[in-house]
Amino acid sequence: MNARFEYLLRLGDDALILGQQLGLWTGHGPVLEEDIALTNIGLDQIGQARAWLTLAGKAEGAGRDEDKLAYFRDQSGFRNALLCERPNGHFGDTIVRQFLFDAYAVCLHAALSGSSDAEMAAIARKSAKESAYHLRHSRAWMVRLGDGTEESHSKVQQSLNDLLPYAGDLFHSDAVTEQAAGEGWGADPAAFRPAWDTAVDEMCAEACLTRPESVPEQVGGREGRHTEQLSFLLAEMQVLPRTYPDAQW
Amino acid sequence: MPILQPPNLSIVEKQHWPLWEIFIRSRQGLSHRHVGSLHAADAEMAVENARDVYTRRQEGASIWVVPASAITASSPDEKEVLFDPADDKVYRHPTFYDLPDEVKNM
Repeated sequence: MNARFEYLLRLGDDALILGQQLGLWTGHGPVLEEDIALTNIGLDQIGQARAWLTLAGKAEGAGRDEDKLAYFRDQSGFRNALLCERPNGHFGDTIVRQFLFDAYAVCLHAALSGSSDAEMAAIARKSAKESAYHLRHSRAWMVRLGDGTEESHSKVQQSLNDLLPYAGDLFHSDAVTEQAAGEGWGADPAAFRPAWDTAVDEMCAEACLTRPESVPEQVGGREGRHTEQLSFLLAEMQVLPRTYPDAQW
Repeated sequence: MPILQPPNLSIVEKQHWPLWEIFIRSRQGLSHRHVGSLHAADAEMAVENARDVYTRRQEGASIWVVPASAITASSPDEKEVLFDPADDKVYRHPTFYDLPDEVKNM
């Protein structure tokens, strides 16, 4: 097994799938300004995905570039965490998914900024600035919705209850993360789970939300076992390059 | 059942977020310039929205947001009284001096 390739796919696929989902908000945001904010964040994610997948292609050494990896893998080849493929739902669902991911991404990018691999460290340092802003945006909305009206509170509380079980996949540890952390070029997400837990707890306290206790965690994304939602998402994302494989801008 | 609304908002603000005027300073040493306006529920959101709407192409080094309702504007009716007296005072323009090249952004 090529641990470096597997690890980079996880980084790239999280960003790619989340970016694609945020792109679906284009023209559908609750207000013009938020529409632009969500798609800006989506574009940041796509940018990160491009960098990670390009590096993944190099690590694999089979001549696949970012586009080959993004558009010509099937569902079981994707390594994104299950949280990233949860449907957009309503605005509160999207914000909760984003907050849970952003809080993770901030820790991840901080850890990877010290990677022994110069290219990975450089991508992480650039991404860290973006994820810090993403977290600021999604966290502010968590507080606004959670501590807002009765309706916004109950909706976003339900979103949190629904999505928290899928966040566990972000912290999945296995031989890949063990090797990544052991050799110093990657990070074991279990190492920053306590920091993430604290971030979620602090947000909940400020947003008047109740964190559900001992949720059963859904895992499998890192091994290519995905939910139904991902197949629909990939169908839409991949149809053009698969229909016209040589299409150019 | 009545819909719960935050207090102290006008009828218009209950249906739409308040309007904010956005000022961006593009570089150190320049002043903030008005670039447009946008809607946001609070000042923090206004800064974030301004960042997303007006600084996407590296335009900004600093953002000010001001509630549009806090701006007092001069009246168009007063235009002659306010501005015409300056018409015959060309000596107020610094056009009679040669500026050294080192002085930028004048």
